[in-house]
Amino acid sequence: MVKPATQVKKLEVRDLSIRYGDEIALHSADFDVYENEIFGIIGPANSGKTSFLRAINRMNEMTPGMNVTGMVKFDGIDVKSWRDVYALRSRIGVVFPLPVGLPLSIYDNVALSPRLSGVKSKSELDDIVERCLTRAALFDEVKDRLDSLGSLLSGGQQQRLTIARALSQSPELLLLDEFSIAVDPVTTMRIEDVLKELKKEVTIVLVSNLVAQARRLADRTAFFLGGELVEVGETEELFRGNVQDSRTTDYLEGRFG
Amino acid sequence: MSSFQTTDLNQSNRRKESLVRILLGMVTLTLIIPVGIILVTLIAKSEGTFSWAFFSEFPRNSMTEGGIFPALVGTLWLVAVALLASVPFGVAAAIYLSEYAEDTALTRAINLAIINLAGVPSIVHALFGVGAFVLFFEFGTSILAASLTMAVMTLPVVIVATRESLQAVPQPFREACWNMGATRWQTIWRIVLPNSISGILTGVILEVSRTVGETAPIMFTGAALFLPFLPTSVYDQTMAMSLHLYVISTQVPDVPEGLPYGVALTLIAIVMILNSVSIGFRTYLRGKKKW
Repeated sequence: MVKPATQVKKLEVRDLSIRYGDEIALHSADFDVYENEIFGIIGPANSGKTSFLRAINRMNEMTPGMNVTGMVKFDGIDVKSWRDVYALRSRIGVVFPLPVGLPLSIYDNVALSPRLSGVKSKSELDDIVERCLTRAALFDEVKDRLDSLGSLLSGGQQQRLTIARALSQSPELLLLDEFSIAVDPVTTMRIEDVLKELKKEVTIVLVSNLVAQARRLADRTAFFLGGELVEVGETEELFRGNVQDSRTTDYLEGRFG
Repeated sequence: MSSFQTTDLNQSNRRKESLVRILLGMVTLTLIIPVGIILVTLIAKSEGTFSWAFFSEFPRNSMTEGGIFPALVGTLWLVAVALLASVPFGVAAAIYLSEYAEDTALTRAINLAIINLAGVPSIVHALFGVGAFVLFFEFGTSILAASLTMAVMTLPVVIVATRESLQAVPQPFREACWNMGATRWQTIWRIVLPNSISGILTGVILEVSRTVGETAPIMFTGAALFLPFLPTSVYDQTMAMSLHLYVISTQVPDVPEGLPYGVALTLIAIVMILNSVSIGFRTYLRGKKKW
C-alpha cells in the first residue's frame, strides 16, 4: 500500500458546498489532502471537480453567482479568513485544461508572478525563469527564443509553459485541472515525470478525466459524481476493488462515465 | 451512379449563391458613390484656391480673401483639448464598467445612460455647454468650454469602443493572472490594456472625426466668426474650420465660389490625416497582436 510521505494535512475540506445560482455543483464534501502527496480527483463532467479547485483560492469572489459554504482550510486556516487573498493565491499554482499562454514573451510569462510580488533584479528573474522552465521540461526547447511569444508555442509546449509559470510562484500547492486534455501522450508522460519529482516539495491536487492517469500518479484518489463526493481512498486500493460504493468500481472499470 | 453527380438542387444553390454575392457587392459599391461624388466635386470646384498663402494667412476683406490659418490652428486646439478631457475619463469609465462593476441595476442604468447620451442631438449638447461650462463654471466662451462640450458629446463613443475592446480580451487571461495572485489592477495594467489598445484607438479615431466636423456645440461655447489673432490659452476664443465653412457659405456676401469648397476639402483632409496617423499606429499595434 502506498503511504503518503507525511500525514500533515495541507487541505481540510469540511462540509463544502458550491452552488451557481440555484444549481448545486458540489454538495457537502468532507476530505483531507496531505502534504507532499498527489491527490487525484476523478469523475465525469459536471461532478464539481473544477468548482472545488476554484473554491480553494477563492475564485468564487471573481465569479458572479458562485456561492461557497462550508470551509476549506489551507495550512490549518480557513481560506475565507485569509486577510490577503492575493498572498493566498500566490502560494497556490493553477494549471488549466486548455493551456493559457499569456500574450507575453516566454520569459515574461514565467517572470510575471515574481514581478507581481516585487522581484525586480534581472539576474534573480533570469534564475527563476531558467529554473522553472527547466523543471517543466521546456527550457531546452525554448532557451534560444525566450523573447518570442508564449502564445505562439505549440499546445504541449504552452502547457509546460503554464506549469513553469505556476512553479515560478514557488507554490506550496499545485492544482492541475485536466492538464493533459490538449497535450500529446509523449508530452503528457514527460509532464507526469515532472510531477512525480515535484511531489517531494509541493502538494499536488490532480483533477483528471483519465482514470489511468490518476492510477499512475495519485497516492490517494477521490471520486466525484454529480456534485457528490462518492468516496476517497488509496488509489491502489480503489483499483483493486476495495471500495465502499460499487459506483466507484463501475466508473473505474469504465461501465459508465 | 456516381454520388458526385450534380443535381438540380446543387445547381439552384449555386445560382442563388452567385446572385446573393452580386447583390451584396452592388449594394457595397453604391455606398462608395456619394463619397466619390463629394470628393470629386470638392476637388473640381476648389481648383485654384490652394496656395501656401491659403494655409498660412489670416482671412482678409470680410473673409472673402486671404487664408484659413487661424481656423486651422483653432480646430487643432479644440480637438486636442477635447481629447485630453474625454479620453482619460472615457477610458477610466470603460475600465470600471468592463473590469470592476458587477451587473447591478445601477450599472445597467449607467450603460443605458451612455447609450442615450450618444443619441442626444448636438444642439442640445451646445446649450448644455453654455449652461454648464460657459456660465456655471465661468469658463466664458472659450476653447475650454467648447472642447469640454464636445468631450461630453463624444464620451459615449470612447466609452463604448473601449469597453468593447476590453471585453474582447479573453477571460482565461484574466483568470490565469488572478490565480497567480494578481490584483484586478495588475491584471488590467499588464495584460488587458496592452491587448486592447488598438480597439481603444478606434474609439479615439471616431471621436477625432466627429470633433473636427462638429459646428453646433462650438458655436455658442467658444468659436468666433472672425478673430484677428491666434488663441494663446484655453481661455481664449478661437476660429474653427467647421464654423468658418458655415460662415463663408451662408453669412458672408461676395465670397469667391472656390473658397468654401477649398475650406471643405481642407476640413476633410484634416480628418483623413488625423485618422491615417491613428490608423497607422493601430495597424502597427495589431501587427504585434499576441494571440
